[in-house]
Amino acid sequence: MSIVRGYIVPGRPHPLLAPEKSPAWQSLRNAYDEVGREIAQLDADLMLIYSTQWISIIGHQMQADPKPVWTLVDSEWHELGEMPYEFNIDAPFAQAYCKAAQARGLHARTVAYHGFPIDTGSVVALKLLNPDNRIPSGIVSCNMYADRGETLVLGKAAADAVRDSNKRVIAVAVTALSNRMFTQEIDPKEDHISSEKDDEWNRKILEILEHGRLEDVSQHARDFAAQANGDQRMKAIWWLAALMGQNNRYEGRVFDYQPIWGTGAAIVGLTPAERASGDLEFDEEDVEVYTGDRNVLSGAGTVADEGSEVETSSTEPSIDGAIHAEKAPRPVGAFPHARRVGDLLFLSGMGPRTPGTDEIPGGPVRDENGKPLDYDVEAQTRAVIANLRTVLESAGSSLNDVLDITCFLIDMKRDFPKFNAVYAETFGPIGATRTTIEVESLPTPIAVEFKVIAAARQNVS
Amino acid sequence: MSTGTIISGVLAPHPPHLVYAENAPQNEPKAECGWETLRWGYERCRKNVLAKKPDVFIVHSPHWKTVVGHHVLGIPRCDGLSVDPIFPNLFRYKYGFDVDLELAECLYDGLKAAGILTKMMRNPGFRVDYGTIASCHLINPEWNIPIVGISSNASHYYFSNEVGDEEMIALGEATRNAVEKSGRRACLLASCSLSHRHFTVESAIPEDMSQEHIYHHGQYLWDMRVLGLMREGKCAQLMAEMPDFVEQANSETKEGCLTWLMSALGVPDYPAEVHGYGSVIGTGNAVVEWDPENAKATA
Repeated sequence: MSIVRGYIVPGRPHPLLAPEKSPAWQSLRNAYDEVGREIAQLDADLMLIYSTQWISIIGHQMQADPKPVWTLVDSEWHELGEMPYEFNIDAPFAQAYCKAAQARGLHARTVAYHGFPIDTGSVVALKLLNPDNRIPSGIVSCNMYADRGETLVLGKAAADAVRDSNKRVIAVAVTALSNRMFTQEIDPKEDHISSEKDDEWNRKILEILEHGRLEDVSQHARDFAAQANGDQRMKAIWWLAALMGQNNRYEGRVFDYQPIWGTGAAIVGLTPAERASGDLEFDEEDVEVYTGDRNVLSGAGTVADEGSEVETSSTEPSIDGAIHAEKAPRPVGAFPHARRVGDLLFLSGMGPRTPGTDEIPGGPVRDENGKPLDYDVEAQTRAVIANLRTVLESAGSSLNDVLDITCFLIDMKRDFPKFNAVYAETFGPIGATRTTIEVESLPTPIAVEFKVIAAARQNVS
Repeated sequence: MSTGTIISGVLAPHPPHLVYAENAPQNEPKAECGWETLRWGYERCRKNVLAKKPDVFIVHSPHWKTVVGHHVLGIPRCDGLSVDPIFPNLFRYKYGFDVDLELAECLYDGLKAAGILTKMMRNPGFRVDYGTIASCHLINPEWNIPIVGISSNASHYYFSNEVGDEEMIALGEATRNAVEKSGRRACLLASCSLSHRHFTVESAIPEDMSQEHIYHHGQYLWDMRVLGLMREGKCAQLMAEMPDFVEQANSETKEGCLTWLMSALGVPDYPAEVHGYGSVIGTGNAVVEWDPENAKATA
């Protein structure tokens, strides 16, 4: 249903395991406990965590073991003791989040294995914020290669899954601010931010967050990370901002700001508010769908989703060049999804239907009796593009290889501006030629369909 | 007690794919095949190393990352389940091994005496990192020889590749001194890949070798240059070029394993034997053996 609160918290184990050793760590522990009490009053259905300490390489991973049980000893801070845990993971949400991420072009999979090493950051946050496991939780990884665009899409996919779940969700970004640890032993009682410059940068962004300007911080995260050695380039902020709607409409509260072994550790709460704090200024490009480096292997479209049936695509063209993409929506007639002739791929008209279910994202344009319905042409256009990607990748090509598009709209006056804006997000940089035509209707109750010609790659011939 | 000696040094990369492809009995997932040239390389290397009857393996692993000093496994016995956080679909491995605690303490004392910040890891609940487990399995799947485990200090990240290398050179010298003092016949394992840019996707069948190749030609060129220097016994030059290798090939040697090994071996000027090279999910990996005793005998 909605994000009821967002939090930024630190993930090192000191406030959990050894608060008494340092006034700073004790202060953080007190703040953590206060937030835990606040959360207990929020009547939330899910606590969704992104932790910079869960590093992934193969896309992003979502924890889907319903009851992970282990005793964690941190690899650096093993002398502080053990962290036994048994969490309550919302596995169906993890599956939904995974599918939402895949729908936006991300490589994602769920993990559900006994003994999977849940990272210290997630463990610390869950143990302190949700000590009795009352709220089911979700955890998503931080891909070490992911850039801002990919991380934003990951956040938006989380928003998709949250919206579809109808849950009240608490979003938690587990991250340090400045992340320069002392490399020598220190007296914990004397812990402090490892450089004055880092401290100044931390205070600067905390001041902005206190005004509820999360999107402003997201816009400046890159600068902050470069200047203050931000934790994992501050990807957690990008994820949180994207999940929470990319705006400044929050009431911010900095519960605490302290050092943990020289790093900047802050506990911040962000409550959605009616009124924005200041105008938005976008310095960075926005992105809806991930179209980056996800097709390195020649047989793309082979995402294995752990814990569910492995899906495979038909990646080989048949003898006559016809291509049937198993992961694309079923054709509504006797025709293939695409056909290869020489160096060109000709795709059949593609609509927005969801593969497998035939549901229409954004809703059908009319009901079964022909009565017109309100529908979302932006959602339909995005779904068309996602389906095109599926077919192209099944044929060993990609959206970047599209040469020419014919677009069909059933209501040019109503839909063209929104369709055009969504189209530009993906195809603007690609520069395919385009013709847009209004038609009275399309074979199913959809508002938009694309007909595409693309370049074929040599390696699938 | 006679003076201990390093009887061999091995560049022993740890991709869990190799353990998976071998269908090791300790590992839960099973494969059809995969990465044979590397696995056969490991077989040849294993045969050579075990024939020398080492008393101990000392392993430096990039997946035990520490910031505050170097950490050394300091418990007598390690048992547990290792699940790779990146490739949990491939590696869920039950391990159990003895630690050569006497040598570990000796190394710790030596590092401390040399002014190098070091910690002993004495928490019995500690889970050993999957890099250590994979490399040790591949070189001795029987696990019947004790281990000393050393963490990878992050000084390369906090300062520079050059500073990190200095740190690892000191660590290598301290390791050699500890081995000599202990009287052990030790085999050293540097648990790292060479070039280290991964694909960020995985094929539906992970062992589908039609999908496996080096991520980038530049990585291959660097890997071959590095292996060429090893085969020619030009490790001093290799160490001089290490910072460039790290920067330009995204090499996992950034974690210090190879520099530590070179230093402990006294910067070999004799040829190494390259037992195998291959890519694993785009990264470059080689199994390489240095045999100081043989080099001395043939000198």
